[in-house]
Amino acid sequence: MMTDKHKRAGSDILVARGITKRFSGLVAVDELDFHIPRGAIASVIGPNGAGKTTFFNCITGFYGIDEGELVFNGARIDGKTPDQITRAGIARTFQNIRLFNNMTAIENIMVGEEPHLRSSWMGSILGLPSTRNEDLECEERGFELLRFVGLAGKGDMLSKNLSYGDQRRLEIGRALASKPKLILLDEPTAGMNPSETAETTDFIRRLRDELEITVVLIEHDMRVVMGISEHITVLDYGRKIAEGLPAEIQSHPDVIEAYLGRGAASAAISPGRRPEGGP
Amino acid sequence: MEDFRAQNWRSILTLGLLAGGLVLYAGAVGMIALFHEREIIDDFITLGQLILFIAPFLAALAISRQLREQGEGMAAVVGGGAITGFLTALPSIIMLLFNSDDFRFLLDYSLRLMPFAAASYVAWRAHRHGGGGYQTLGVWLLTAALVGVVTGSLALIFDVKGDLRSVLVNIDRDWVEVITFDRRQELLSGILVYGLVSVGAGAAGAVFYIIPATPRKALFYGLSATLLVGVFGETARLVLQENLDRDVLSAIFRRDTIRQSPALILFAVSTIFGLLWARFGQRIRADVEDRVSVEHPKTRAIGAIILIAILLALPWTVGRTLSDVAVTIGLFVLMGLGLNIAIGLAGLLDLGYVTNYAVGAYILAVLTSIGPLGLFKGTFTFWMVIPIALLAAMTAGFIFAVPVLRMRGDYLAIATLGFGEIIGKLANSDWLKPLIGGAQGVQAIPKPIFFGLEMKNPEELYYIVLVACLVTLFVSVRLNNSRTGRQWMAIREDEDVATAMGIDTARAKLLAFTLSAATGGVVGAIFAAKVGTVFPNSFTVFISINVLSLIIVGGIASNPGIVVGAIVLIGMPELLREFSDFRFLLYGVLLIIMMIKRPQGLIPTHIITHEMRAGAKAKVGAGG
Repeated sequence: MMTDKHKRAGSDILVARGITKRFSGLVAVDELDFHIPRGAIASVIGPNGAGKTTFFNCITGFYGIDEGELVFNGARIDGKTPDQITRAGIARTFQNIRLFNNMTAIENIMVGEEPHLRSSWMGSILGLPSTRNEDLECEERGFELLRFVGLAGKGDMLSKNLSYGDQRRLEIGRALASKPKLILLDEPTAGMNPSETAETTDFIRRLRDELEITVVLIEHDMRVVMGISEHITVLDYGRKIAEGLPAEIQSHPDVIEAYLGRGAASAAISPGRRPEGGP
Repeated sequence: MEDFRAQNWRSILTLGLLAGGLVLYAGAVGMIALFHEREIIDDFITLGQLILFIAPFLAALAISRQLREQGEGMAAVVGGGAITGFLTALPSIIMLLFNSDDFRFLLDYSLRLMPFAAASYVAWRAHRHGGGGYQTLGVWLLTAALVGVVTGSLALIFDVKGDLRSVLVNIDRDWVEVITFDRRQELLSGILVYGLVSVGAGAAGAVFYIIPATPRKALFYGLSATLLVGVFGETARLVLQENLDRDVLSAIFRRDTIRQSPALILFAVSTIFGLLWARFGQRIRADVEDRVSVEHPKTRAIGAIILIAILLALPWTVGRTLSDVAVTIGLFVLMGLGLNIAIGLAGLLDLGYVTNYAVGAYILAVLTSIGPLGLFKGTFTFWMVIPIALLAAMTAGFIFAVPVLRMRGDYLAIATLGFGEIIGKLANSDWLKPLIGGAQGVQAIPKPIFFGLEMKNPEELYYIVLVACLVTLFVSVRLNNSRTGRQWMAIREDEDVATAMGIDTARAKLLAFTLSAATGGVVGAIFAAKVGTVFPNSFTVFISINVLSLIIVGGIASNPGIVVGAIVLIGMPELLREFSDFRFLLYGVLLIIMMIKRPQGLIPTHIITHEMRAGAKAKVGAGG
């Protein structure tokens, strides 16, 4: 059913052609070609140090890319600053949660709404009606998002005082506040127990189904990856070594080699480990 | 006392000697002798003597708490307090002996014995940790030699100079007078008195800790009220002088010191009040809170009106001297509020705030002066130049911000510190001398004239500062709770993530620097008009440091905190002139204590609640 939807949506929302990122000699991302279908839930996997987070940082403009081009929603975004890219419609979360610790939960979300705010500092000082209305609307949308991520009633808590799971959810809520077309989640289930992981997995599906946001995740938990991804890209040493549907990836010899080492590839992975709900 | 633990002895020894070292230090820097000149209660106690009482008292208080927590009995606690008190006096007593002609041989002996004692101790430790015979001997010889060199040179210095005083200049006759309670001639009895006083104060501290809470609170109120009025006797007299007639005044004060009987009455009254408050305070407060809600807009409005009325009436009730102090405090509050936009809200550690202050002052000076350097000789008035000074400071803030936009934290601090120095050098330079007068500065700046009234006195200037403070406060509060404020906070918390949220951080930081500079310019202009002259010497890095300190002490990003910080750090040294010699020493001590004990400041910033407020509104809406 999801594959149908993704076919109907047609074009790719993000296309990367030959992007390369070097850190003084070390090639972290190497001539990577990459595309994410519109409306998909896609995953990027790979062993530690494969360049996954670097790749995210290239897309979001944290790192300037050395070669190649990035096209988002039909427009070039390489060379743009992170704030411009966020305004274009890409939001992200971080591998190690990076909330604004000494701000309240609702304030975190209100900062996330930044791309849609127009009021100026002058308006705030003078208390212009338009500014006030915008502030109220911003607050109101903040409450809605708090409810959506399940943090209603915790809005006035400092985000550093929230529990770990709540912080993860708040970070996603903050990313959603910019009304993105594409959201990049960097290990959203890291450090969660199985039931929290299941909850988060459902939540990620809701993002796509209810809010129609294309989702890309970096994830180490293979159950999560195989369970919800419709498109998987495997990186190793900054190169793409495989791409495709979960079933194809699971049996791909290069992937098995990258994860388990040379030799393991010949002993093929047992098909019984396929997660339920797969294609 | 048999099962008195070794740990307790160690605490007593450490804390007592630490406090004693501080007392000796205060004497050696001349604080005690200088503070002795300020009488707290006429012919009864001086500020210098107060230190001698307070130190053992507080040390014993701290020890008593520990002993109590260890479950020691009353007698042990009081005994421990007394011993702590004695240890507080010990270093100063030893110094007294070393300093006297009769007992100087003690110093010689101890300097000679020191290497042997120290070496034996270290060798004993080494032996206990398993050192062999030769090793122990080696350690002994080495330590003896090292310590011997040090003590030998000390002995040489003292011998050649013949006198401790030549090294420790403040260990002088005055200090001995204070420490011995005016028994300089008969040293031993003086030492005895001082020792007994310390033991007594220590025991008193312990007793104070043991007695039940109600009388303790009452005593606390009584003592602190009396001491406060005593210490700030001059201030109290200046306030009362405006409102009482001369006879009543002289019945209460002898010059700047409160007389004994009024002090006693004050103590009695405040103790009784404290007793009543400790007994019934809780109930009264609950009662009041039942009837008026602090959060209610009407209550807040009434509170604001009362506060503004007090602020408006202030200069006419406290007199000229204190109005002048109020103006100074106000100028620093203003700078604090301004700098807080950069440091508190946006997290930009700007150490060059004096730049904006200097720009404002020189702009006003050059444009309004009627002296030789005035460009327009009185065409421009104060009121016309204030907006110009504001814009000029904003421009300067903007220009200086551009090159440091990419810097963060420490690097930003150092760069801005450099800008502050550059401004000082520029003001002093020959290059700008034709324009702003170099070291001579600009003179003959006229006072502001308000509808024909020349505002030449602090009582009148006070209102300019007050209005400026209120406007800045208003702007600061509005910005804090706005989109811009949230952008700044986000940058303060994590600049990278702030960018990822779509915030144009360069723009937001420029705005913070520029708005922060604006008040600096206004303060500079008001300062120039108040003093009437502008010198480069007024614009040192200490201005920036002062403003930064008051923000930190008051509470970063907290507006009430800034006001309190300015009163504590700027007002107190003005009111207690004895302090001003030790201003930076006490600043340092205060900052260290604050950083350890209360890093969030005296009045920490409060969280802006959105959800609770919205919830309350919804409830009110549903109810009505």
